[in-house]
This record gives sequence, structure tokens and C-alpha cells, in this order.
Amino acid sequence: MRLYLLALLAAAASGVPGFFLRRRGGEVAVGLLGVAAVMGLGASLAVLSGSQGGSIALRTAALGSPGLLVLDPLAAFFSIPVLLLSACGAIYGLGYWGGRRGNTPGLRLVYGLLTASLLLLVVASHALTFLLAWEGMAIAAFVLVMAEDREAETRRAGWIYLVATHTGTLFLFAAFALLAKVQGHSGFAVLPVGLAATRGGTALFVLFLLGFGFKAGVFPLHFWLPPAHAAAPSHVSALMSGVLLKMGILGLVRFLSWVPDPPSWWGGTLVALGALSGILGVAFALGQHDLKRLLAYHSIENIGIILLGLGLGILGKSLGNPLMQALGFAGALLHVVNHGLFKGLLFLSAGSVLHATGTRELERLGGLTQRMPWTSGAFLTGSWAICGLPPLNGFVSEWLIYLGAFRGLGLGRQAWPVVILLSLALIGALALACFAKAFGTVFQGLPRTEGAVRAHEAPRTMLFPMGLLALACVGIGVAPVLIAPALGRAMEVLAPGAGWALSSLAGLPVISGMALALGLLALLLGWWLRPVPQKGDLPTWDCGYAAPNARMQYTASSFADGLIRGLHWALRPMVHLPRVSGWFPHATRYDSHVPDPVLDRAAAPALRLSVRATALLRVAQGGELPVYLLYVLLTLLALLIWMVA
Amino acid sequence: MVRSLLPTILPTLLHGLTVLLLPPLLPGLIAKTKAVMAGRQGPPVLQLYYDLAKLARKRAVFSRTTTWVFLAGPVGGVAAGLAASCLVPFGHTPAPVSFEGDVILFAYLFGLARFLTILSALDTGSSFEGMGAAREATFSALAEPALFLGFAALAKATSSLSLGTMLAFPGSLTARFTGPLILVLAGWAIVYLAENSRIPVDDPNTHLELTMIHEVMVLDHSGRPFALVLYGASLKLLVLGALILTPALPRAAHAWQNWLAFYVALGGLAVTVGLVESSMARFRMTKVPQFLVAGVLATGFAFLLLLV
Repeated sequence: MRLYLLALLAAAASGVPGFFLRRRGGEVAVGLLGVAAVMGLGASLAVLSGSQGGSIALRTAALGSPGLLVLDPLAAFFSIPVLLLSACGAIYGLGYWGGRRGNTPGLRLVYGLLTASLLLLVVASHALTFLLAWEGMAIAAFVLVMAEDREAETRRAGWIYLVATHTGTLFLFAAFALLAKVQGHSGFAVLPVGLAATRGGTALFVLFLLGFGFKAGVFPLHFWLPPAHAAAPSHVSALMSGVLLKMGILGLVRFLSWVPDPPSWWGGTLVALGALSGILGVAFALGQHDLKRLLAYHSIENIGIILLGLGLGILGKSLGNPLMQALGFAGALLHVVNHGLFKGLLFLSAGSVLHATGTRELERLGGLTQRMPWTSGAFLTGSWAICGLPPLNGFVSEWLIYLGAFRGLGLGRQAWPVVILLSLALIGALALACFAKAFGTVFQGLPRTEGAVRAHEAPRTMLFPMGLLALACVGIGVAPVLIAPALGRAMEVLAPGAGWALSSLAGLPVISGMALALGLLALLLGWWLRPVPQKGDLPTWDCGYAAPNARMQYTASSFADGLIRGLHWALRPMVHLPRVSGWFPHATRYDSHVPDPVLDRAAAPALRLSVRATALLRVAQGGELPVYLLYVLLTLLALLIWMVA
Repeated sequence: MVRSLLPTILPTLLHGLTVLLLPPLLPGLIAKTKAVMAGRQGPPVLQLYYDLAKLARKRAVFSRTTTWVFLAGPVGGVAAGLAASCLVPFGHTPAPVSFEGDVILFAYLFGLARFLTILSALDTGSSFEGMGAAREATFSALAEPALFLGFAALAKATSSLSLGTMLAFPGSLTARFTGPLILVLAGWAIVYLAENSRIPVDDPNTHLELTMIHEVMVLDHSGRPFALVLYGASLKLLVLGALILTPALPRAAHAWQNWLAFYVALGGLAVTVGLVESSMARFRMTKVPQFLVAGVLATGFAFLLLLV
């Protein structure tokens, strides 16, 4: 615990020296964050390998509760992606921000504070510390999203994010207040048996689900997420998508771990929300033309997968099936870490593309594998993992959830397991299509614009963290046995006594074996195919057409067109057809895009309506201080009269 | 020692040899059936073996647009296909590798092969190959749920999560299970035709690139990479064939009878595919999703029948 707190302090202080140093402030901050990561990982891994984590208790009886901060296996498990991604992001930031305007001491300070609040949030075990860290995280993230606030788009995104996160926090305040009323104190402790079935239990579940759902980006509370992720600097996007969203999941998991007897409809609700987020997340991702928005929608999809696992676990818990419970929870927790790793990797590679070409538009890129081979390899690794394809880490966590769902099929007439199976299968197939589209358009074929032609490989400070994350993805995928014990301990917090179910899985070592066999086979075949030098510089054989050019290539929009047509009832793409008139028509344009269903079709119109309604109040708002003081005086007078009466 | 090990090693050895040597025969059988039905002589049944031998000796030509990803398609297709072949039982002979949950790995290995094939097609920058890749990605999104619903139905019926026990269940079929099984196999037959790019979903012999799906994705491959593409496609015919044949085969008393039954059934499957291809035309591209949805519905109803 002491080591963990030291890490927390180092992270919080990482930006401070930068204010006093004329040069190298960035490097010092990275160094401190690196030290923090090493210390924090040391503390967390020790807890995950079985040693006691320790806690900081509160002596004052007024707040009376078990403890303020506790480093239990669950906290240790969630701290791993926080530490890893914040350190990787900081190193990446050196190259990404480089000499640009963004690399100010202020932003580095906020980045350190964000890391520290995340670390605090993970170990918080009292409503007070939790909400403190929660707000710290939300505000620090807001500052970082606004880093490039000269752009109107960024300002709008930051604003929406701020409103959304505080709406979520409002629900959390209500939830924690209710919790304090129910159990008599605000500490995190197991709730009495039978509470979950009462009306109070239901209210708690709904409030926590709403509050944490906003942060996690559960459909339809996700609307702040795509603009914020697209506008933030790429390593901040990586941290937001990989870690910040997971804090919503952490909160939900914490709440669920206090409930000894969740009713099965909670599980059903989580599964339904998971299926909705998962399928719609990937469907909307298919419709995007902006690389970072596309990745942001995929975060919604992955949150959906995590919810499917959690729902499965809750179903198992309430139906008394330990195996289903263990597999569901384990799959969800592992997917939290996995998504942090591969989505971090994807955002960092997307950032390299943006850095090298100056655009996030898919249709303006192309052919980058030849110009940025390492970035391309990193993006491919991330895509491979996020599609859940073997032998990378995404497969392992999805495999656990699949296995749990198959287990659940045997349980009477439960329909939820088959919903989980179908959703996962559909999500997998659509994600594959979407990442084939993204990788194919950005990295393959011929460059479509001058910017893409002139692209250059990212500097080493950006490539190193990408390599680290890619290695982690491969490592977990090839040797899942190594993390199984740690996963089991973290899961036991949610499902006491179910850890054995995970160690009894015979499949994990076989998956490793199959992964190695697959790798060897691929090497062997690759060696057999090794290209021999050929005479001449030959073009692609384009069915006999002699002069194919870059603009004739299949675009991202055309690639996704078939699927978008099939899903048009949900996506409702907006297509502006070219208008051609007259005998000699002028130049015209065609464009199509998929607007966000909640933000663009529901939230924004509703807010506009409320602005119009509240405009009536402007009569009283003249902008003059004396008038406002008069209001204060009148209010006080009115209160006085009311009290006396 | 040797005598006691032999019974366990022999089936694995035979499994491996079947996977390595038999697949190119299947496209030959299909082509021969089609030729006979059309009253032609047709190419020899062993034609694909000759083609592979020839291609292995030829040098490949690479476009200047391509990168190493261009080779990942053929390599991944064969590697994933071979890995998947270890998981599926050939008739009532157990699979060499079997564990709880291998069914998911099996399905995802084909996903991996598809992903790499699509990327390899997109690597050329050719509009035609992009078109094929897009179609492959679109149609597989419908084939995947059908496959998994079938798995769900079989898992429900057999309370097992391993392909070995899920497919090769005891021959004593209860009457209650016959109906769902027929529905699952019907749904999977649609998946089989789609995944192997056969008529009525795709026509491997068409001459117009605009109407192709799978063939157009490998237009730029030549020499050894193309040999791997062809072998990988035939491997898929075998492995997915084993998936839909095994539940339909009766269990015999002796191991050799099981093997014989499997080989005969495999030949029968190839001939059936040939007959289907001879008797109908390819669907219009817009009709293909409806055909695949029929597969989803069939397997879905199978699952529902098992629930009640």
C-alpha cells in the first residue's frame, strides 16, 4: 500500500518540476511517471500474486466506515492498465506534442494529476474518496480534451463531455446518498442479504447504472464519447478510451461486489444493455469516416462486450451456477485490461497517422504501410486483437465469455445466454469488417492525397510505447495461463469462492499450444513464399486496365456500403446526392455520413428546445451587478418574512 | 510399448495425412460432377494436384503497391485452416486436439483466415479486389450467427462444449432431437456453400470480375502464394465438410468402418455440391443476404425446438 501511495504521489507531482525547469521539463515528467508506473505495478502485482494489500483506515467515527483506501486484488487489477497506459501515453506525448504548442507545463501537470486521480479512484473505498477522485478525473480529462481549444470542434466536444460527465456524477451523488441512508455509513461494504430485492436495492442499481453508464459510454448514454475522443490529443484519447471509460465499469463492478444476492433481472438488464451497446457501437463505427471517431465507437462496442460478461456473471450468481459466474466475471475483467491495451495501441497508432499526414479522414489516406511500416504493424496488431481473433489477447477474454454463455445454455429455459452468443458472434463479424475497412483504407493500396504520399514514420519516442502495448497484447494472447491466477484473485472479490473454476479450465494451455503452432506454421509457410527479386516495377493487375490510379481505389465508404445498407434502419445514414442539371452541369459533390443517433437526433434538439424555453428568463438577466444585488436582497427579505411567519 | 501406442497414434497420423493430401481432390470431384451433368468430358479429377505442383515451381509476380500483408492472406488461410482441422473430428474418429470450448477457437480461426484474406486483397489497391473483400466481409456477418446458433443448439442438446462430443454424439438419436438436427444441418449447408464460395452464393467459374466474391480477391496472387490460396480453399471444403457430415454419420463398430464412412460421405458431399451447382444459377447479389438469413432462421428454429 505504501509503495502504491508513493506511486500515486510521484504521478501527481510529475508535472511540477516542469514549471521550474527551463528545458527538459517533459522528460522529467515522463521519468517520474515511469517511476510511478514501476512502483505501482510492483505493488499491484504483489497483491495479485497473493500478498496482503493493506489499507488506510479512517479513525474519525463521524465518517465511520471500514477504510478510506483499500488495495485489494480488484483494485490492483484495474490499476494495471492505468499505470501502463499513463506511462506509455506520457512517453508518446514527448514525440507527439514535440515542439508544438500543446506541450506546456500546465498540460503536463494536468496529465500527472489525471493519472493520480485514476490511481486514487481505483483504491478508493469510501464514497468521499471515490467522489473526490471521480471529480478530479473528470475535470483533469476535460482540461486535456480542450488542449487544442483553438478549434471550434474541440471546444464543442469538451463542452458536451463536461455536461455529460456531470450529469453522470449527479446520479452518483444520489446513489451514494441513498447508500449511506441504507447502510448507515458511506464506506464500501457488503450489503445485507435481501436488500437487493427491495425497492431501495432497485433504486441503487438503477442510479449506479445511470451514473456509471455515462462514464463507461453505455448506449444510449455514450453520446459525449465520440466527439471527445476524436478531439483530444491522441495519447489522451488512448488514456480516455483505455482507462477512463473503465472507471465506469470499475464503479459498477464495485457496486455489484457488495451485493451478495443480485436478482436475475439485473443480469438480464446488463446483458440487454451490453448487446445494444456492442452491436450498435460497431454498427455506427462502420459508418464513420474519421479514424478516431471510428475507434471511439469501437470503445462503445467493447464496453458492450464487458457488460455482456458482467451480466452473464450476475445471472450465474443469481441462478447459483458458479462456473457461469466465474467465466462471465473473469471474461469481463480480462476484457477491461485487454481493451485498455489494444485500444490504447490503436489510438496511439492513429495518432502517428495524424502526426504524419495531418488528417484523420479515412478517404484522404492510403498506402501508409510502405511509408510507416512500424505504425502499420502496430495498428494491425491492435485490429487483430480487437476483432477477437486468435492468437491475441482479445480472443482470450471473448473466449471466456463465450464459454460461460455456452455453459448457461444448459440452465433450463434461460434465453439470455443465447442472446450473448448471438451478440458476440455478430459483433465479431462486424468488427472484422470495420477494421478491415480501416486498415485497408489507411495503410494499404495507394496514397490518396499528397499528405499521405509525404507521410513519414513516427519518431522512436512514439514507436516505443506502441511496441510495448503490442507486446502485451501478444503476450496475453499466447500465454493466458500466466495471468489466470491474477485474474482469479481479482474475480474472487466479485464472486467469493469461485476462483477454482478458472484454474480448472483445461483450454488455456491448449490455446497457448495452438498459438505457438499457428505461429510456427506461419513462419514456415512465409519462408516458403519469401519473394525473390523480380525484374521490373509492376503495377497491380487491374483486370486489364493499363493505368489504374489512386482515386480509382475502393474507398472506405464503398467498402462499408453493403453493411450500412443492411443496417440502415438503425444507422439512418444521411446522403446528399449530387444535383445535376442542365446540358453542361457544373462541378457537384456527393457526401454521406452517419450522425450519432443520441447526440444529433435527440440530445441536441432537446437542449435547443430547453434553451428556447429558458430564454423567457432572460428578461430578469440584464447583466448589471446592482440589479443582481437587488435580487439577493429581495430573496433574503422573502426568506426572512417566510421564516418569521 | 509400440503396440500400445499404435492405436492412439494411428488415427492422428491418418487425420494429418487426410488433411494434407486429400483436400485438392474435392474441387476435382465437384468439377467432374458438373462436367458430367453438362455432358462434357471435363478436367481430370486430379487436376488441382497438377496445378499445385506447377504453381509451386513458378515464380510469383508482385505489384509495386503490395507489402508483406499481401502474403499474409495465403499464409494465414492455410495456417488457420490447418489449425482448425486439428479440432474437428472426421466422422466418428476423435479429433487430435480437443478441449472444452474448442468450438469457439474453431470458428474464430476461420475468422482469422477471412481477415487476412481480406487484408491481402485490399493490399493491391485494386478496385475489383476491394469489391470482393467488401462482399466477403458483408456476407460473413450473416454466416457467423448461423454457425453459432447451430453450435448453441448442439451444445444444448449434448451438454458439451467440445466439437468432438458435440458433433459425434452417440448414434442412439432420440426422436426429439432428429428435427432440430435436420434444421441445424440445413442451416449449416447454406453456410457451407457461402463460406466455400459456391453457387448459388458465388460462382467460382464466372468470367466477369464484377460478379465475383472470393475469386476476385485473389486476382493478383500468382505462383506459390496462389498455390497456397488454392490449397487453403480446398482445405476449407474438407474441414467445414467434416463439420456438417459428422453429425449425420452413423457410428460404426470398427475404426476402419468409421473412416470409410467418412471418406464416402465426403465424396458424396462433393458430388452433391456439384449437383447443386449444375442445377441452379447464382443468385443476384442482393438476394444473397436473404439466402444467408434463411440459414440463420433454420439454426434459430433448431435452437427454439430444443428449448421447448
